[in-house]
Amino acid sequence: MPEIGLKDVENTAKLAKLEFTGAEKEKFAGQFSKIVKFVEKISELNTDDIPPTTHAVEKRNVIREDSVGESMPIDVFEKTAPKALDRSIVVPRVIEH
Amino acid sequence: MEYEAVIGLEVHVQLNTATKIFCSCSTEFGAAPNSHVCEICMGQPGVLPVLNREALDKAVKAGLSLNCGISDYSKFDRKNYFYPDLPKGYQISQFDYPICGKGYLDIDLSDGSTKRVGITRAHLEEDAGKLVHTEGAGYSLVDLNRAGVPLLEIVSEPDMRSSEEAFHYLKSLRNIMKYIGVSDVNLEEGSLRCDANISIRPKGDDKLGTKVEVKNMNSFNGVRKAIDHEIERQIFAAENGERIVQETRLYDAAANKTHPMRSKEEANDYRYFPEPDLPPVCVTPEEIDNIRKTLPELPREKMRRFEKDYNITRQDAITLTDDFDLAAYFEECLKGYKGEPKKAANWIQAEVMAVLNELSMGITEYAAKMMPATQIAELLNFVEDGTITGKMAKDVYAAMVDTKKTAKQVIDEKGLKQVSDSGELEKVVDKVINDNPGEVEKYRSGKKNVIGFFVGQIMKETRGQANPKMVNDILTKKLDQA
Ligand SMILES: [Zn+2]
Repeated sequence: MPEIGLKDVENTAKLAKLEFTGAEKEKFAGQFSKIVKFVEKISELNTDDIPPTTHAVEKRNVIREDSVGESMPIDVFEKTAPKALDRSIVVPRVIEH
Repeated sequence: MEYEAVIGLEVHVQLNTATKIFCSCSTEFGAAPNSHVCEICMGQPGVLPVLNREALDKAVKAGLSLNCGISDYSKFDRKNYFYPDLPKGYQISQFDYPICGKGYLDIDLSDGSTKRVGITRAHLEEDAGKLVHTEGAGYSLVDLNRAGVPLLEIVSEPDMRSSEEAFHYLKSLRNIMKYIGVSDVNLEEGSLRCDANISIRPKGDDKLGTKVEVKNMNSFNGVRKAIDHEIERQIFAAENGERIVQETRLYDAAANKTHPMRSKEEANDYRYFPEPDLPPVCVTPEEIDNIRKTLPELPREKMRRFEKDYNITRQDAITLTDDFDLAAYFEECLKGYKGEPKKAANWIQAEVMAVLNELSMGITEYAAKMMPATQIAELLNFVEDGTITGKMAKDVYAAMVDTKKTAKQVIDEKGLKQVSDSGELEKVVDKVINDNPGEVEKYRSGKKNVIGFFVGQIMKETRGQANPKMVNDILTKKLDQA
């Protein structure tokens, strides 16, 4: 695994819709590289006989029946958003496509 | 150069469960904004989504109907992206362990041939909310009623080569989902959504060209037109030396054009990772078998059976089985009808469908409120046993539709009876022959087609109630003897 560079940090920040200063990016690039190297230690182990882990939880088949329950009262719902109007959450205008 | 199109479809089917996929909010369509919303489908911190059994069972049922392998280990993943209609900032979907694996669908094309289209996979996921834009306003409104509604995304192999094949694949898929009762599959209402991956390549090449994804095709005709248009656009670009870029394009039905949706540098990176809140799902062979037992006869099997058992044309069989309820109506009619099934098939396709179109009514409502299939059987039996002619039956049917009376009531009230009494018919024939010596002369001098004139006169005399076959026989006999 190569070093994590500024470009990787910038791309990740863009996907997460976050903005950072140049100094912050430098700092994160260093920290990310350390994390990746730490994870790479695993490849030192022989995992030939170990099935891949696809999920961290041991439980299986947690399922509920299809019966309708209470939803949230609209006045409570409206309080959860910074701004509500006509039973809806107000967001800056989305220009589609 | 001759080009070949390569088409694969991604179809989203909304599963018709009572509640959402991971919470107990109702999935009712058309409710007031945000009436079916809770902490879970809003994506509040610290909540625990739990899978809906019905959504799982319906996904398995859909998979079985498409000949898919059902996975004995399936899990959910988070697909990360930002959009205001996605409250959590990720969509719960299935990435590397979908519930349904490889399958196929056989489709019947207009030229009578059959084509097998491969299914790559089908996976469960949640729907997003809806954005409402007000003209001129500086804001948009978010309605989360639809957020968390269960979807099954069915991905096909790039096996289709024309818009016609894609159209038939989609139609066939819709019919199957309708037959097995897992979805309302309405393109216009959005319970069936279709995206197409389209590329072109020189005919005979094995290598796939650069694919373009086309979205926003919200009618069956739209799918056909959008694909045709996109194929033409790509061929035009290729012939003019332009490079086709991998992108997503939106179909604009009004203009019959596609235009790019996102700029290409904004390449998606969904950073899928396992959904820690939902444990994996393991469906047992017994469970799969139990669901398999609930599968009804599928549209194509029914079509083949109709064709063979009722001796009707393939096209008739396709039309009648296109709608589950129409097929049931036809078979209900056959239970009481004593004639050839073909005649009932013709009657339903011509007369009944005309009334359905005129009243904009579905067959179920028609059967319940206007005319049960047994009444069509009764009407056709009166033609079969010679009580009325086929032509009279049309008038009787019109009266039945208008008055909701039975065929027998209409026939009795109007005094409609086919005249099949040979003595009575002979009298009429004699009269018409005696009244028209000139025409008789013509007939006997070789102008055999004046027979039509005589039949017309006889029908006039009997107010259309004469048995046409008997009239013909008696008339020919009398005209030929002399
Ligand atoms: Zn909910």
